[in-house]
Amino acid sequence: MTITAHERADMSRSPIAGTDPTPAISLHGVSKVYRSGSETVTAVREVDLNIERGEFFSLLGPSGCGKTTTMRMIAGFDDPTDGEVRLTGNDVTGVPPNHRDVNMVFQSYALFPHMSVHDNVAFGLKRSGVAKREISGRVGEMLDLVELGDRAGHKPAQLSGGQQQRVALARALVNRPSALLLDEPLGALDLKLRQSMQSELKRIQREVGITFVYVTHDQGEALTMSDRIAVMNEGIVEQLGSPAEVYERPATRFVAGFIGTSNLLTGTAGEARDGGSDVRLADDHVVRAGTALLPGAAVDMTVRPEKIRITTHEPDAALSRVRGTVTDTVYLGSATHYTVRLADGTEIVVFCQNTSDALEVAEAGSAVWLSWQPQHSYVLPEAHASRPAPHTPADPSDEETHNHA
Amino acid sequence: MSTDTAHPVRPDTTPRAAPAARPRRRIDWGKYFTWAVLAWLFVPITFMIAFSFNDVSGRHNVRWEGFTLRWYGQAFAYRDLTEALLYSLAIALLTMLIAGIIGSLLGLALGRHRFHGKNSTNVVMFAAISAPEVVIGAALLSLFLLAGVKAGFVTIVIAHVMFTVSFVAITVRARVITLDPKLEEAARDLGAGPWTTFRLVTLPMLTPAIMAGGLLAFALSIDDYIITSFVSGEVTTFPLWIWGSTRVGIPPQVNVMGTLIFVVGVLLAVVNVIVARRRR
Ligand SMILES: Nc1ncnc2c1ncn2[C@@H]1O[C@H](COP(=O)(O)OP(=O)(O)OP(=O)(O)O)[C@@H](O)[C@H]1O
Ligand SMILES: [Mg+2]
Repeated sequence: MTITAHERADMSRSPIAGTDPTPAISLHGVSKVYRSGSETVTAVREVDLNIERGEFFSLLGPSGCGKTTTMRMIAGFDDPTDGEVRLTGNDVTGVPPNHRDVNMVFQSYALFPHMSVHDNVAFGLKRSGVAKREISGRVGEMLDLVELGDRAGHKPAQLSGGQQQRVALARALVNRPSALLLDEPLGALDLKLRQSMQSELKRIQREVGITFVYVTHDQGEALTMSDRIAVMNEGIVEQLGSPAEVYERPATRFVAGFIGTSNLLTGTAGEARDGGSDVRLADDHVVRAGTALLPGAAVDMTVRPEKIRITTHEPDAALSRVRGTVTDTVYLGSATHYTVRLADGTEIVVFCQNTSDALEVAEAGSAVWLSWQPQHSYVLPEAHASRPAPHTPADPSDEETHNHA
Repeated sequence: MSTDTAHPVRPDTTPRAAPAARPRRRIDWGKYFTWAVLAWLFVPITFMIAFSFNDVSGRHNVRWEGFTLRWYGQAFAYRDLTEALLYSLAIALLTMLIAGIIGSLLGLALGRHRFHGKNSTNVVMFAAISAPEVVIGAALLSLFLLAGVKAGFVTIVIAHVMFTVSFVAITVRARVITLDPKLEEAARDLGAGPWTTFRLVTLPMLTPAIMAGGLLAFALSIDDYIITSFVSGEVTTFPLWIWGSTRVGIPPQVNVMGTLIFVVGVLLAVVNVIVARRRR
């Protein structure tokens, strides 16, 4: 299976079999450059995205990677320096925010402090000239949806953080926008409240069926809530795919490192056979990779900590296996996390479920074997692309396949 | 002390003092200081109010001679004093209105926008505040003479607006700076145009500051003597009248009017606080 084919498949894939193929939001080659004096900051760099109708779409990335900037260009607060933003197929360049059919939920909520909860929620409806009677009905409905029906007369300052958050959500949703933009809406809440609000948000999204564009730097949140995720770094979309895809098959080193914990192994490709390859690691261990590689190619592989087994006896030779010394164990009740150092100093993290048949716990300092199924050594496509010579693919269905055997 | 519960027994320490003796009584200096400052502020005002009830017989209202409400009944006995007070009130109200509007717009611009000459505007504003009043008064007078404007009611208002506008601008600017720009963005996002956003979001949030600035302008205007004395022409304002009468003796009516002005000022300040609190 080739990675490039993979990525292409990801880009064109739509999880929602909508009747209308026009995406709710699309960005074409969008860049944003901030200039302050002689300095320029490229906050967003040539981003292409298609966000489908009814989708729960996340923009995930570390602080400063351009998530908010992307969002603000969709909402209309900033104009792209380059490229174009389309809402349901229409180019909206130069259209002010009050004429765009999207609504935003701000991280700081930005509730109007001098208005009651009811007036906050009614604000958008009044602007679009909805009849008075209809307004009070829709506001009431929406407040019921976010379970704040009894707080309509309160001022925002009289509400808790979680309640304010829900008012902000109601204020945006009540306008029935074609898409809702949420910029780290749960960022200010504590962990417990965050988790309950996550499922609450999912429930509301299912009920109203509106496209959600969700900005977060929390990978766990993105993985649990999203239909698709765009992983951003330094203004670039590094990968676009379903949660399982970005987790299981990270496209770049950055994605592998940012999403979950992963162990990075570097080595050189050896003999290719049976649709896989041997990879000689820096410490001379030879492991199997599930991808056929050109012999001699430099290889970056990742292995997820939960895929690795830790044993004191020698594992089956058919598995990928390495030997090392336990340097740290963290007992977490249902699981134990081990850190194992290989001969060349590479540290590997292993998550081990404490099931009843789990072996005796390895102590720090003891020599152990680590083993995993060859298909769990995931070869990062980036390494092939960025290095010369090797032709990677060995998928029989791929026309570019070269037989190295 | 707070670790007592964590370590109920600590044999290595000397026996503890009885619990009642432990929290040492600290003298609350902050409290005394506050009262001292309040006394400093209010003793003169208390005297003014008290002497408006003084049953004086002579010309000089400086010795307590008994309680009376007489002066309140005859508050407007001196026609020229009443006229002076009305002038002062009219000038102060006009100043509040004009300086309030211009100063608010200035404060909004200074707090929100970047523009050419922003820094020089700031400097000019502080210069207007810190320049000695005698200098401003003299300068204004020569300006009016040069321009051929007859000194009087209009020149007083112009002068008062000139020296109060900076106070309003600074008060409003301080509020504008702390305004969350996201509030206005939220309004835009919800379909409001720029003007509606200003009317429904920005202005209500600035109202307490605008009112505070306006009150300040009112207070500064109504008791200004120095600048007014330069540009008043034929007009006599309340402070000018009092100053003029010091040599012949100040009638208790002055205390009565001072008290009334003070009460109105306090009421306005209270209203402002209530409005500000309700908007929060
Ligand atoms: N108005 C601005 N002027 C100059 N630079 C800006 C401006 N807004 C954002 N930037 C820069 O653009 C980059 C991206 O900012 P952005 O706010 O989009 O990041 P983000 O992904 O939302 O980060 P966070 O998770 O911290 O909110 C940053 O380097 C930031 O410093
Ligand atoms: Mg952000």
